[in-house]
Amino acid sequence: MAYQADRSQYPSRRPDGSLDIDLSSGKYLKLWQGPQHPGITGNMSVELTVCGDEVVEGKTHVGYLHRGFEKLMERRTFIQCFPIVCRICVPEPDFNEYCYAAAVEELAGLEVPERADWIRTLILEMGRINSYLMYLGGQAGALGQGVIGQWTTYVRDLMLDRFEELSGARIYHMFIMPGGVRDGLPDGFDQRMEETLREIESTLADVKDVMFNNAVFKKRTVGLGYIDPAIVDQYGVTGPTARAAGVAKDVRRDQPYLVYPQLDFEPVVGQDSDVFTRADVRRRDLLMSVDLIRQILARIPRSGAVMAPLPNVLHWKIPFGETYIRGECSRGEYGYYLVTDGSGYPRRVNVRGPSYTHAMALLERLIVNCNISDVAALMVSLHTYPPEIER
Amino acid sequence: MSLSDVLSPFSAWKNLFRDPVSIPDPLNDRPGAPRYRGFHQNDIEKCIGCGTCEAICQNAAIDMVVVAEIATKPGDSGLRPRIDYGRCCWCALCVDVCMTSSLSMSNEYKWVDHDPEVFRFTPGIDLKHWDSTELGYRRPEGHRLTGNERVVMGELAPEARADSFVEIVAGYDLEQAKLEADRCVSCGLCVATCPTHMAVPEYIATIRDGDYEQGVRLLYQTNPFSNVCGRVCTHRCETSCAARHEGDPIAIRWLKRHIIDQVPHDRVKQIAAEGRVNEPSDHRVAIIGAGPAGLTAAFDLAKAGHGVTVFEALPAPGGMMRYGIPEYRLPYDKLDEDVDVIRSMGVEIRCNTRIGEDISIDQLREQHDTVLLAIGLHQGRSTRIPGSEHEDVVSAVELLRRITFGERFDVPKTVAVIGGGNVAMDIARSLARMQRQQHGQVGVTLVALEAEDLMLADREEIDEAREEGVVIIPSRGPRQCLIERDAVTGLETVHCVSVFDEQGRFAPKYDDSDIQVHDAGLVVEAIGQAADHVFLGESLTEALEWERNRIRIDADGHTSESWLWAAGDAVEGPDVITAVAAGHRIAASMMLAFAQKSGRE
Repeated sequence: MAYQADRSQYPSRRPDGSLDIDLSSGKYLKLWQGPQHPGITGNMSVELTVCGDEVVEGKTHVGYLHRGFEKLMERRTFIQCFPIVCRICVPEPDFNEYCYAAAVEELAGLEVPERADWIRTLILEMGRINSYLMYLGGQAGALGQGVIGQWTTYVRDLMLDRFEELSGARIYHMFIMPGGVRDGLPDGFDQRMEETLREIESTLADVKDVMFNNAVFKKRTVGLGYIDPAIVDQYGVTGPTARAAGVAKDVRRDQPYLVYPQLDFEPVVGQDSDVFTRADVRRRDLLMSVDLIRQILARIPRSGAVMAPLPNVLHWKIPFGETYIRGECSRGEYGYYLVTDGSGYPRRVNVRGPSYTHAMALLERLIVNCNISDVAALMVSLHTYPPEIER
Repeated sequence: MSLSDVLSPFSAWKNLFRDPVSIPDPLNDRPGAPRYRGFHQNDIEKCIGCGTCEAICQNAAIDMVVVAEIATKPGDSGLRPRIDYGRCCWCALCVDVCMTSSLSMSNEYKWVDHDPEVFRFTPGIDLKHWDSTELGYRRPEGHRLTGNERVVMGELAPEARADSFVEIVAGYDLEQAKLEADRCVSCGLCVATCPTHMAVPEYIATIRDGDYEQGVRLLYQTNPFSNVCGRVCTHRCETSCAARHEGDPIAIRWLKRHIIDQVPHDRVKQIAAEGRVNEPSDHRVAIIGAGPAGLTAAFDLAKAGHGVTVFEALPAPGGMMRYGIPEYRLPYDKLDEDVDVIRSMGVEIRCNTRIGEDISIDQLREQHDTVLLAIGLHQGRSTRIPGSEHEDVVSAVELLRRITFGERFDVPKTVAVIGGGNVAMDIARSLARMQRQQHGQVGVTLVALEAEDLMLADREEIDEAREEGVVIIPSRGPRQCLIERDAVTGLETVHCVSVFDEQGRFAPKYDDSDIQVHDAGLVVEAIGQAADHVFLGESLTEALEWERNRIRIDADGHTSESWLWAAGDAVEGPDVITAVAAGHRIAASMMLAFAQKSGRE
């Protein structure tokens, strides 16, 4: 049953259409959820106006994490931007590396070796799994179910071990470089990856039993935060959030990149478009990523170059041009808009993270008429990461 | 919702009996992965202090610092990277870009200290327990961030060049030059090595930017002989180039030539004249010898407004650049361009004026405030072996001079050249060309005392001479010139076992049982040159301080006589660029003397 936002009763509207919220009336209360709050996704906050325990208005406030990446990049050479883009999204940094590298490659006319494309695809799927595992822990945690977070953190750490042996780092991998990737797969990687994937599958089975086949979780999430499929395009909703509404959007299939055309998969779609469905779509998408990694490891070329020959990066200049590179990250469509002006520095970089639309516009709409205790679960279900809002 | 939804969550209880998966950090000894990007290591012997790590670091976490243990030497700045872990983001670009692969990262990742200052350290100098760790991030094989291989210089093929004096080297075109300039990492090790400290990274940058006029401007700041040095410089800069550690060094010499080739001569003159002082001073300078040292000093002094007259014994200015270097290496019109720029500064060059014959040194001294001796080494040394006094046993410099004069003398069908240096190669290759023109075949044998790998000539000179048909026989010492009926018929040589003794002194040892005779109608001696100091006169020769047949000079080129300076091959050698550096030094020293004199008056 869909929970319908209803503004018919209160607050009433002024003749100009704005909400008539008179705080001095004693009927309303201002409540800040965040930035220091366990029920908030990262460093942002929501300014709630409540009436009783019902939210009548919500405003998203960001700016707690602004590090000005886009501006920083305008003062860094093309190679120097490579180590900072990953910081735009902490839980899934690889997408930034890929989008930035692909944009630079397109404008600089670099031909990336095929083997590098396979390794990139592998890394992106590994990153997706990590991101979903973190999400599942957060989604359950927002409703007080801490054990799921403990389990997913454990298997996520195993995946971080795989990242560590592949790239040399656990969180900020800095492995996808303009031109290709730094190196090939280490010896014995496949076997250890298979063990990790099995551990993930078995943990996910437990997660299904404890989190999804759970009367409390269903009671709290089914019907919560309904997104009308009709507003999906209107609000720029992408990724699992859109797929849970039955809109089968997936950049991997719609505008294929890297080696996705050679892989066998279908976008995971849900119907009910509520918090429960979104969580379930992500769980199933995670299992699809496990399958994709198996497909990749079965077919990845084992020899050959992993980097295109680069010019001297110390004074690498890229001719005039602009491009937009997009891909499907765990939260939706991720894009990089890059403008070059013939100098050694990017003229403009614009990062299009899905969290921007989801947290800024969509959340403010969904939050109305929702119970205070459901705000956290609702927010987490949109899977937003503030750093990519404030890049 | 069903009953199972109520019961299913209880399955979590099964984990009650599992071991914890967490690691008790920091008390664990879990090593980082083999590729882990942990704390830095630096192989201090391999590191050359080029600073590319500092240049690429986007966090400014790396500073190149002076290290007491490391001495500065050619090709090594003596600096070493100091890393600030308060800024480092572990991206390892510094490792990727390191020109010598000396910088790497260990797989060590734990370092606890109460003092924040210790996290700023110089790897390899501030010793750490991970310095010897084998594991950690190394630059993967073939992973290279500093560009391409050296652009091959176009040259005339051996058959096309073997019978002509046309310039061999084609020069880079625009695209090639850009590609080659792109390889430069702007470390500046070359600047320190160049005797006249040319602004190499900066002028290479002007090629990348296509701003050739600025390039010429930079060239003229330190060197008025860019046409010459762009062709025949001994390019010691390239021996200290950081790119040498990844392959061939940057072709600095060819890039210099490329810049000067791109700008029209008239525009070069305008650029060189920028900043020239137009009010003439009342100081007059006489310079003896129109070679690179004398003309460079003349350029600087004239540009500063002083009156300069250059006296040259030979018919045209240039010294050894004209009369020593064959035209196929340095076309005369290119030398003329450089000299023309210097003339346009107001320098008067009097050719065919020999000091001691046309004008005496005392006259010079009376008419000028200061005098510079830049006479070069124009007398060939002789081996003094039996038969060497014959008229068909000649010195290389004399023969090269005659070739420049345009004398069409007859070259016998067989020639022997004694010597393994660049002068020997020059004369051997020149005579080979003339033989091919006159007889249609080459018969030049070159014997060198040194073994093949120790020969003093540049490697490419040796290779190109062989391509042109010169027979080069290393490790042979001359014994006698064979003469039959008053004509030279050949050269007898013995095998040379070693050239230097244990103390490193010149003392060749021979194996007398290994004798060879090389047919030769002409024997050319190219074993070194000497200066002709006769014109100085007895009293001045007496007054000057000497050091092993050379006039003793101080660091500024000043002799023991207050009015006399000396520079160039005659006092220090060994090449054009050193002479240019000396010319600048002497001009500065003279101008300082003028200023002091004016101050006193």
